Amino acid sequence: MLVHLPILQVIVPLIAAPACLILRRPKLVWLFALFASSLAFIISILLLQQVMTAGTISYELGGWSPPWGIEYRIDKLNAFIALIISGISTVVLLAAQTSIEKEIPKDKQPLFYILYLLSLSGMLGIVTTGDAFNVFVFLEISSLSAYSLIALGKDRRALWASFQYLIMGTIGATFILIGIGLMYQMTGTLNMADLAVRLPEVAETRTITTAYVFFIVGVCLKLALFPLHFWLPNAYAYAPSIVTAFFAATSTKVAAYLLIRFTFSIFGISFSFTTLPIETMFLVMGLLGIFIASTVAIYQDNIKHVFAYSSVAQVGYMIVGFSLSTPAGLTAMLLHMFNHALMKGALFMALVAIMYRVGSSKINDLQGLGRQMPLTVAAIVVGGLSLIGVPLTVGFVSKWYLVVAAIEKGWWWLAGLVLLGSLLAVIYVWRIVETAYFKAPILGQQPVKEAPMAILVPVWLLVSANVYFGIDTRFSVEIAASAAKSLFGVAQ
Amino acid sequence: MTMILGLYNYWVVIVLMMIGFYIIIAHGHLIKKIIGLNIFQTSVFIFYISVGKVEGATAPIWQEGIILYSNPLPHVLILTAIVVGIATTALGLALIIRIKEAYGVIDEDEIQAMDNQAMVNQDKEHQ
Repeated sequence: MLVHLPILQVIVPLIAAPACLILRRPKLVWLFALFASSLAFIISILLLQQVMTAGTISYELGGWSPPWGIEYRIDKLNAFIALIISGISTVVLLAAQTSIEKEIPKDKQPLFYILYLLSLSGMLGIVTTGDAFNVFVFLEISSLSAYSLIALGKDRRALWASFQYLIMGTIGATFILIGIGLMYQMTGTLNMADLAVRLPEVAETRTITTAYVFFIVGVCLKLALFPLHFWLPNAYAYAPSIVTAFFAATSTKVAAYLLIRFTFSIFGISFSFTTLPIETMFLVMGLLGIFIASTVAIYQDNIKHVFAYSSVAQVGYMIVGFSLSTPAGLTAMLLHMFNHALMKGALFMALVAIMYRVGSSKINDLQGLGRQMPLTVAAIVVGGLSLIGVPLTVGFVSKWYLVVAAIEKGWWWLAGLVLLGSLLAVIYVWRIVETAYFKAPILGQQPVKEAPMAILVPVWLLVSANVYFGIDTRFSVEIAASAAKSLFGVAQ
Repeated sequence: MTMILGLYNYWVVIVLMMIGFYIIIAHGHLIKKIIGLNIFQTSVFIFYISVGKVEGATAPIWQEGIILYSNPLPHVLILTAIVVGIATTALGLALIIRIKEAYGVIDEDEIQAMDNQAMVNQDKEHQ
């Protein structure tokens, strides 16, 4: 059983998805989906344990040995990402049934869970597979279910956002397909480990450079890296709240993982960072993303838009860490992927609670909510502090490592810019906090009650994770650092 | 000349790809966008399949006395990609039907204008 964990990681949610159709009743389907997601979470914990103690796991699908068969290869990097995805998915699902009762019609609720599980298994598939073409297939499984999930939103703009995402996402995935095709043409293999061995022989050709460029552009579309982000804000804002909480915490992480995997493990550092001015390009786009998206976030009226633009800015931080091209920079990026999943998970889950009671996520409708929903608003405050990077929260940990990595490289100005970017986060978080605590409730509006426990518990689980991993950094830092070192091939 | 004739399959791919890409960008009609997306994807399918062709080889079906076969793997890969493409098209068309029901139009600019109008109206309500 333990031997088959790498494939079970993907198969469990994949099989559970159609099985939901048999159960039919929304409550039952919810419990079943929660069970499947928890199972995936447990598997990812076991996998991470195995990888940390025994090293990389290679699993041959159907007993066909690589490079002919499809290989699932688990190392520290993808065990870590799989843990983030399945963990967030499980916590988000805890609140799902309560939340969608108000946002999705009853007859569509079982379908929601099917799509959710499919999207989960797609993301886990991208992360665990060791085969380049398999990546494309899982990417499309997760994307197609994501488009449908977004289209479930109540507002008609959800449909338009979903359609735009479908067009952009398909272009991105097709670009990735072209990149993989060109690589296959030059090497005759699709296995990632095998590609890494064979690519250096042909690395000098223009075909491989083209393959890399197509791949990077495709992934950056999925990553919503500035300026390829414009599908993201509306998709996040009009999707059902619970869907936003799930995607905001996980989907960009998967794209970031692909970027790291292909750049470091497949194309190799010496190729990736020498053939193209990738460091400068990513540094510029990352910084532009931080400053422009944060500034746009300040002027939004809808909190979901605020946090969506903030997500684009946070992707900027990750890419800045990437562009440093040092183990310390990559550690900062991996840490921020973990930490950003926790903070955006907490913030968007708090919005789930607000949508449940208030039915709107406009900043103006939050007036006086600090008294009516104290626990929910307090969660936004802690999540917001984490987003800014205040000490004792996870946000501080990742900013700290990013600043240290920049200084280590001698780029003092970059350290300054990163801190300056945090100031912009102070402004957009403050606007929300101010409205909720210091403005009187709108006259004549019915006061609302605190959110139900079913939503509060997962919200505070994520909030406490924000604080816990902000104080006790051993777990996240150790894994991120050792994954980064092994990607750079540094002896440990 | 070899640049054009010898590599003609790539030229076909590039031309198709650009036609598809252009339609996606330039046309506001949503169904035309989906058609553009299809042409764009198909060009990549042709690219994969033409790459699998080995000169002087037959189809990859086992037969006595034949030693040179074309590479069947790209065909297999593209079968999967075609399925994905159909799923995308189906989902895109389904979304267009829903958009038509909700907005009454299926033109990018008109939908965008209606969304912007909705934003302006909401702002007025608040003031």
